[in-house]
Amino acid sequence: MIDVKLAADVQHMKIARELKFFQAINEAIDLKMSTDPSVFIMGLGVPDPKGVFGTTLGLQDKHGSSRVMDMPTSENAMTGVAIGSALVGMRPIMVHQRLDFALLALEQIVNQAANWYYMYGGQSKVPLVIRLIVGRGWGQGPQHSQSLHSWFAHIPGLKVVMPATPYDAKGLLISSIEDNNPVVFVEHRWLHGISGPVPDGLYNTPIGQPRLIKEGKDITIIGMSYMTLEAIRAAQILADMGIEAEIIDVRTLKPLDDALILQSVNKTRRVMVADTGWASAGFSAEILARLFESGLGDLKHPPRRITSPDCPSPSSPGLARYYYPRAEHLVLEASRMFGLKDVLIDDGVLPFQLDIPDLSFTGPF
Amino acid sequence: MTQNTQYNNDLLKRLFKRMLYIRSVEETIAERYHELEMRCPVHLSIGQEAIATGVCEALGNNSYVLSGHRCHAHYLAKGGSLKAMIAELYGKVSGCSRGNGGSMHLVDLQAGFLGAAPIVGSTIPIAVGAAFGSVMQNKDNIAAVFFGDGATEEGVFHESLNFAALKKLPIIFVCENNFYSVYSPLSVRQPPGRPITQLVQGHGIESYAGNGNDVIEVYDLTSLAVNKVRQGSGPIFLEFKTYRWLEHCGPNNDNTLGYRSESEFEKWRQLCPVNMLQNKLLAEGVMRFEEIDAVKKEITVEIHEAFQFAKTSLFPEQKNLLEGVFAL
Repeated sequence: MIDVKLAADVQHMKIARELKFFQAINEAIDLKMSTDPSVFIMGLGVPDPKGVFGTTLGLQDKHGSSRVMDMPTSENAMTGVAIGSALVGMRPIMVHQRLDFALLALEQIVNQAANWYYMYGGQSKVPLVIRLIVGRGWGQGPQHSQSLHSWFAHIPGLKVVMPATPYDAKGLLISSIEDNNPVVFVEHRWLHGISGPVPDGLYNTPIGQPRLIKEGKDITIIGMSYMTLEAIRAAQILADMGIEAEIIDVRTLKPLDDALILQSVNKTRRVMVADTGWASAGFSAEILARLFESGLGDLKHPPRRITSPDCPSPSSPGLARYYYPRAEHLVLEASRMFGLKDVLIDDGVLPFQLDIPDLSFTGPF
Repeated sequence: MTQNTQYNNDLLKRLFKRMLYIRSVEETIAERYHELEMRCPVHLSIGQEAIATGVCEALGNNSYVLSGHRCHAHYLAKGGSLKAMIAELYGKVSGCSRGNGGSMHLVDLQAGFLGAAPIVGSTIPIAVGAAFGSVMQNKDNIAAVFFGDGATEEGVFHESLNFAALKKLPIIFVCENNFYSVYSPLSVRQPPGRPITQLVQGHGIESYAGNGNDVIEVYDLTSLAVNKVRQGSGPIFLEFKTYRWLEHCGPNNDNTLGYRSESEFEKWRQLCPVNMLQNKLLAEGVMRFEEIDAVKKEITVEIHEAFQFAKTSLFPEQKNLLEGVFAL
């Protein structure tokens, strides 16, 4: 039943080379800029010594300061500038070091970029990639770590992608740059340092297709972005408990072909969605709604959403440890679905062990 | 200012015809609006025709124009298709935006009219982007964007000016200062004694103010701006003072609401841009009454045909609803 092609493309491909997620993004931009003169990238700090967490390092030396550019601290107008340039033939990439900064540009993203094609009856294309980085840990606090991907997925005319692996970071970014629509490309800060197999050259991860990460017969865990990695680790723990979890990485929030998800839940009849954002009106609710609307409400256990609790992201490590769900929380909820005794959640002796990425999480994935 | 050379006479006639054409289109929309077949808001340009006409005449080819909610005059002055515009107001599939946009989202890419949007100030950065994109591609296109006095209060206006000045972009900012943002006068929105041009000069942008009801002054100032911009001066800002005759949105006179005085309105009505040029052309013998009548007849026929086209065109169908959300 389940199409395992997507799972196979990484696992069965003999890819000797591994790249980190940030390098995969850098390579995707570099390749597209090398092959398409209409591609350019702008954002605060793009050519600076840190190069947006390494994702833009070296690009200005190679492609010049007019195509790899810093910009005024004017998120809204610069989004409009990107739209205008796209209307006359350019393919801009914008990057914001925090998703939260792009809220200053919501007017241009939602009212203008998303609507322009439909609003003018299909005449005016806006090929625009907006890279948004979701922060986490080290006291990022309420305005540097909001995972608002669900907002964008609400808007007709926007595509929203959210890769979890270096392979998909590159493949989805190439597809996003080649797409003739505005694409919101969400990167979780804790993914930048992970590594995984990444082929040389240009290739596409199709926008719209989830990936089957791991097959399993007992429960479907649907992850997105960083939470997919937590789901993978949870599956390893669950395996030791005799529970075979099937892991699906959503990859694209919009447009989403949900056939793979529906097939999986039809098989396992247990489902859990792990979202980097909040539950209320979030993307985890969208996935569950689709399951119920498709007639898959006859589950062996009520579904679960694993999200942050309904409060702003606290800065203190004393609270952040309770704010961010981890593999242990997925395991706890899954074991409850099978009527097992609650597993103990080890929050660590010191809370600040939890406010930096888990060292075992560097991949390869 | 005008000499009776052939070129200038042709230009003057062209400006007059264009203003009269825009005025007549807007009046016809106002007349027919009560039929309730144009089922979208309309922000009519009556009284403000000289700015659109003078600016677009001076811009010439190889130029992009963007506008805001009050965009009919700009679209028509730039050469946008009248039939497609009226059909758009009627919500027909033959409209310039296939009925998806309405009066506030006119577009004619062939004419260089890239679009209009009613969020105040929103198309300003998009116009800057069109100029920026042209420079990046070594095209010789320049851009112009129309907006009102209210837009100069938006943050995105200042962000856009800053970037245009930074990159010395070939763009002309055209502010139509009609003194009101809906019902709110300038006095409750901007400090007294601080001209908008001064605000713009703070961004290091060369600025000029002019009489927006004198189409020749608008044309001359814009020609100056076009020459400078094409020679690499960087952006130019033009403020033209003018007056909207009808209500903010809709076909009626709303002076009875009391937000502006009858005497103020009357003063501006005496400064009608169309009549002023017509009187000048008659006095100087550039046009005769019979010629003007003939022009009016031509325009009437063209407008009639456009409305017939719109009325007889089809509505989009249900199958069109989900078409074109995403570009292929």
